[in-house]
Amino acid sequence: MIGVGGKIKQYSSVLDKPLSKGRQEVSLSAFAFLFSELVQYNQTQVDNIAELERRLEDAGYAVGARVLELFCHREKGNRRETRLLGILSFVHTTVWKVLFGKVADSLEKGTEHEDEYMISEKELLVNRFISIPKDMGTFNCGAFVAGIVRGVLDNAGFPAVVTAHFVPMEGQQRPRTTILIKFADEVLRREAKLV
Amino acid sequence: MAPVVPRSGDAVFANVERVNAELFTLTYGAIVRQLLTDLEEVEEVNKQLDQILIISMKQVGFKMFLGVTATVTNWDVEGTTCSLVFEDNPLVEFVELPDTCQGLYYCNILSGVVRGALEMVSMKTEVSWVRDMLHGDDAYELRVKLIKQVPEEYPYKDDE
Repeated sequence: MIGVGGKIKQYSSVLDKPLSKGRQEVSLSAFAFLFSELVQYNQTQVDNIAELERRLEDAGYAVGARVLELFCHREKGNRRETRLLGILSFVHTTVWKVLFGKVADSLEKGTEHEDEYMISEKELLVNRFISIPKDMGTFNCGAFVAGIVRGVLDNAGFPAVVTAHFVPMEGQQRPRTTILIKFADEVLRREAKLV
Repeated sequence: MAPVVPRSGDAVFANVERVNAELFTLTYGAIVRQLLTDLEEVEEVNKQLDQILIISMKQVGFKMFLGVTATVTNWDVEGTTCSLVFEDNPLVEFVELPDTCQGLYYCNILSGVVRGALEMVSMKTEVSWVRDMLHGDDAYELRVKLIKQVPEEYPYKDDE
């Protein structure tokens, strides 16, 4: 897009364009407004919270699928992670860093189940200006980010169920957001064979 | 003589918190895709996109929010119509219009933004697209037409 000397080169197809470096930025408020519109629009399309979360997740999934393709090209030199821990740290480090400007606060393995992993963030970017009305219960806009994570994992060949939850923190006013990843059985079976 | 465009947007943009433009681009793409699936008609989508930010965006400068610079040109003799021309546009990174969506003004959200922003300063305007790079033009051009200046009104009556 950015030509030299103010001249823009015309490309016949979007695929002919050089890949952007991803350094361009927009203001946080522009994103916050846009995200609030996404939530508001989807609110008009649904009649319960579960449905709303599902729609936000679907929107995120579409983002995740594209993020994976783009980052594998740009950040990883056309290599894609094939191991469970590799892809998890790709999400936790690379994806988070490019999208949100920082590495996620923590990546943990679930203590009760072998197939569960958690990515936690003290103040998730999308939840930053969001307060949930009392009557909306456990609704979490992080569903959008959960969708991104699911999009990345699914398209990398690691199907999983991904959900976003608020977890109250001691001594903190606002709860942190935990993205819970539960991998499909086949993923764990394959992983066991690979060792 | 065309009014001089203030450069203050640069300074403001340098000081605000920012997010990665790709997150913004892809999220916007997700919205457009949802609208296309839900509404099916390209015309309806154009309408929705135009509506979408008009309420939330109160004051917006292109530079301030999107990090792009628009130039103001083509003033007509009465000084009521002008064009906003810009070449960089973070919204369209990775975007190509499929054959089925040729009538879609992908960036129609911006026309809503401009209209909404001017409405906040009591100017009723009509905004339309003249050029669109996604339709093969060499730049983006928004035509802004002033319809009338709305006198300031108090939102409430004194005796209420």
